Amino acid sequence: MRNMWIICRRELSSYFASPIAWLLLAMYSIIFGWIFWNFLAEFIKQSQDMMMMGQTQPMNVNEQIIRPLLGTSSFLGLFMIPLISMRLFAEEKRNGTIELLATSPVRDIEIIIGKWFSATLLYCWIIIFACVNFVFLFRYGNPDWKPMLVTLLGVFLQGAALLAVGTFISTLTKNQIIAAAMTFGACLLLWVFSWVSSYDSSTWAQVFSYLSVITHFDTFDRGVLSTKDAIYYLSVIFVGLFFTARSMESLRWRS
Amino acid sequence: MITVTDLTKKYARTTAVDHISFSVSKGDIVGFLGPNGAGKTTTMRMLTCFLPPTEGKATVAGFDVFEQSMEVRRRIGYLPESPPLYLEMETIEYLRFVGRLKGLSGADLEKRVAYVLDRCAIADVKTRLLSKLSKGYRQRVGLAQAIIHNPDVLILDEPTAGLDPKQINETRDLIKSLAGDHTIILSTHILPEVEQTCESVIIINKGKLVATDSVHNLQARARGAESVLVNVGVRSGEFPLSIVRDRLQRISGVSGTTLKEEFPGGALFEIESSRGQLVRGDLARAIVEAGWDLNELRPSAMSLEEIFLQLTGSDAAASSNTPPEPGPPADAPASEANA
Repeated sequence: MRNMWIICRRELSSYFASPIAWLLLAMYSIIFGWIFWNFLAEFIKQSQDMMMMGQTQPMNVNEQIIRPLLGTSSFLGLFMIPLISMRLFAEEKRNGTIELLATSPVRDIEIIIGKWFSATLLYCWIIIFACVNFVFLFRYGNPDWKPMLVTLLGVFLQGAALLAVGTFISTLTKNQIIAAAMTFGACLLLWVFSWVSSYDSSTWAQVFSYLSVITHFDTFDRGVLSTKDAIYYLSVIFVGLFFTARSMESLRWRS
Repeated sequence: MITVTDLTKKYARTTAVDHISFSVSKGDIVGFLGPNGAGKTTTMRMLTCFLPPTEGKATVAGFDVFEQSMEVRRRIGYLPESPPLYLEMETIEYLRFVGRLKGLSGADLEKRVAYVLDRCAIADVKTRLLSKLSKGYRQRVGLAQAIIHNPDVLILDEPTAGLDPKQINETRDLIKSLAGDHTIILSTHILPEVEQTCESVIIINKGKLVATDSVHNLQARARGAESVLVNVGVRSGEFPLSIVRDRLQRISGVSGTTLKEEFPGGALFEIESSRGQLVRGDLARAIVEAGWDLNELRPSAMSLEEIFLQLTGSDAAASSNTPPEPGPPADAPASEANA
């Protein structure tokens, strides 16, 4: 536990020392902010239109701003995740620092969880930082915060799961660019698996649809806390880290 | 302190280390010698628990490197061929991280960090980024991280590779000064380094153990005959090479003369004599009486280099000066796998 935290802390400070963390924070905030103000402007225009026409259809901040925005942010995460996870092991392998870690009195699993956790913390931090925009909604409107938190939890879980996959891929190569490209491919594939369900409902289609990260995000997106879908994400994390551990072991036997 | 029995490491197609056995006692400083690709790095990686052995056994301080890996790791300091530095960290930050990783904390940690900063003479760069340090400083930071937890055993893989002569001397002195508290194994393919730093030497070639003995014994063992270097010259006129050689050859006790070097007005000979025969006085007298100049006369101790060549055979000598050939992939297993 202590070792895990030592590794995690070093990784985090390394993210911020190399400008990658600042870069992602800045870019994500700008893009998220832009989308936020677009949704907001549209919302305001709509409500003005309705007042002019005298309609009294209820409008919902949760449904019309927060939900689509967080849905988009889980999509944006797809681009961010490879950039966060690519360096985890690839950089250590290139610099030879993996020899320091692997010969220190620290178990492999502590190294792996420490690294993955630091990546997940950074990812969550970037999302939370962008969500500062929501302060305006609470100040001038009256959104429901509970479904918002559930959707956020969904975004975090999805990120943590894909980062576990990225951690595994990072052990496979010394080259960070290759790690990023492969992770991006894997994330995208896990994303589009769900498309099969739109035209097919055979067993195979169901399997692919189940494997897709987006299928399980839908319930969180609707503000429903579903154990079944949380378990999916937790299993992806487990499988990802399990494969990372096996890959690190094989690294020892081969190199 | 370290016992290695029949240690073997096989890769997919090659055997990098082939049934090596040796032992190192406490406080020793041992040179691990062999041409590039001989299996030095692989052996060291097995001792440091980085690689599991295919066969055989190695114990450090009584703990098996495979079965009781954590115990061994606590007692070992390891400096790989390139120092394992996180270049985006500051020196002191990095040392604290390694210290924590090795189990130090609190006041203990600060005390050890201060100690290694001082010991390795890197206190003046403690707040500098590691990426800004010169090669010599990086090497010393590498040494500092290896000794931070005061390990019983230090394993140093080519600690002087790529340094300039001044840095090499500083590093050697530092290593020698560490010898009292730690048992040290250092690998190198540079022979004088072993002569200067180590007490005993383990020679391996192509994954096999060639010799293991003290430096002194090895030199004595290999020295069947004594030899002397003589530099003879004349002040004017042609140097009568064949006459000089004949004269030297005729001295009693001399079993052979070899012309080492010829230069205008003189030549350098190596004179061999059987052991115990003191021919130096006769040589000097003969040269002076003949009216030539005796410019230099010195015994040539057989260097480890020659012992090494004698023990490993000439093909090893060739490969010690060239990059690794497609032999055992000890030093570059990754590139070997890609090939």
